[in-house]
Amino acid sequence: MTSGVLALQGDFAAHAAALRRLGEPAREVRRCADLAGLRALVLPGGESTALLRLMLGDDEPWFDALRAFHDGGGALLGTCAGAILLAREVDPAQPSLGLLDAAVARNAYGRQVDSFEARLDAPAFEDGLPGVFIRAPRITTVGPSVEVIARLAGQPVLVRQGRVLAATFHPELVADDRVHRLLLKHCRPAPGL
Amino acid sequence: MTQDATGTLRIKTGLAEMLKGGVIMDVTDAAQARIAEDAGAVAVMALERVPADIRKEGGVARMADPAVVAAIMDAVSIPVMAKCRIGHFAEARVLEALGVDFIDESEVLTPADEEHHVDKHGFTVPFVCGCRDLGEALRRIGEGAALLRTKGEAGTGDIVEAVRHMRAVTSAVRRLATLGPEELMHEAKTLGAPYELVRIVASAGRLPVPNFAAGGIATPADAALMMSLGAEAVFVGSGIFKSSDPAVRARAIVRATTHYQDAKAVADASRGLGQPMRGLDVASLSPAERLQGRGW
Repeated sequence: MTSGVLALQGDFAAHAAALRRLGEPAREVRRCADLAGLRALVLPGGESTALLRLMLGDDEPWFDALRAFHDGGGALLGTCAGAILLAREVDPAQPSLGLLDAAVARNAYGRQVDSFEARLDAPAFEDGLPGVFIRAPRITTVGPSVEVIARLAGQPVLVRQGRVLAATFHPELVADDRVHRLLLKHCRPAPGL
Repeated sequence: MTQDATGTLRIKTGLAEMLKGGVIMDVTDAAQARIAEDAGAVAVMALERVPADIRKEGGVARMADPAVVAAIMDAVSIPVMAKCRIGHFAEARVLEALGVDFIDESEVLTPADEEHHVDKHGFTVPFVCGCRDLGEALRRIGEGAALLRTKGEAGTGDIVEAVRHMRAVTSAVRRLATLGPEELMHEAKTLGAPYELVRIVASAGRLPVPNFAAGGIATPADAALMMSLGAEAVFVGSGIFKSSDPAVRARAIVRATTHYQDAKAVADASRGLGQPMRGLDVASLSPAERLQGRGW
């Protein structure tokens, strides 16, 4: 059982380290073929415009491959830029995978000087979750099949729809590994592509 | 409990983490910034003149006009960095007030203080600083830098100094990790670095903040070389907008940075890019012409 981290750009190494700390082998994914046999994939934080340029300007059919990965039973976690890639709708408008029935606004808290750390309200987790928000997006609307797992000031910051998890913050930058555990919990038991 | 904290070290190095695997490009106006963003830059560095022009034209190189920085910030959605002179904390305060996302306390500009760098702990905005070796790297981290980069030799398009500086830092980190605890104080003394940071590097076997490459990157293969040597991202200064086709070259350097381990991808990215910046052999520069000696 192996999980992957999209390694085109961003803090993919921090995600891979978080998965390995949980005993999960983690593979860096730079080509669509690297998705084969993975049970989960993390779309890391980074710059979503740079990621899109690499994904859409590539000879590789990334969007088709990632949708097929999901359809084939793969679980996904997107953090920050990764959450933007998963959303159905992005403001300002840019291409996205649409695997999560949610609208997301980019850089919604301001510039880097406005980036912050805050404790999140997450009823399912004892004493909440630590939130590290870096030029973070905001989840502005969620569809009926989306479960809100954590909120900040009443607004959703960690959501789940089936096997798709999205966080507007960075669980990979803290020692608390419960968001990554949640990803592995929603994985199918064995790879079967 | 919801307690907001801004400007923590985690928040500062966190932004640097997000830039990993990417290319940060020097731009001098909004049009160049848009070209950089369209090409897939993870951030732009707003400045009035690229290093090659600073070198050619001489004079005192200062922080860019706030109007230039603001126009670039308005033009793109990616992070915008800007340079202040070494030790010029008033320029740094101006850049922070403008809302730039990262400040580069840079040897490319004329130093304002020959003894002291900016005390970067006192700022909410993160700083990146140049280094030539581990001692310099740890002094900058000690002052609060959230990100390091090699100094290289800016504005030359000659990669040799960036290679020297990256190798110096990585091999010193490796060596430190082999030392016993009783050897570390002497090492701190030799490096001229804070003992606590020496201990942290020795036990972790790596720097506590990310380390990028800068100073002389002009081609996709240059970017791939620096990534292979351990750089976690690259800054490209004059190399893009001093080349014959900046948009194409910018895109190629982005691709080569992501796929640096795949020689075929780097070869594909390197094809048909037109002329790179003409460049300047570092060996032909007198010590006074070398920017890397600024700061300590």
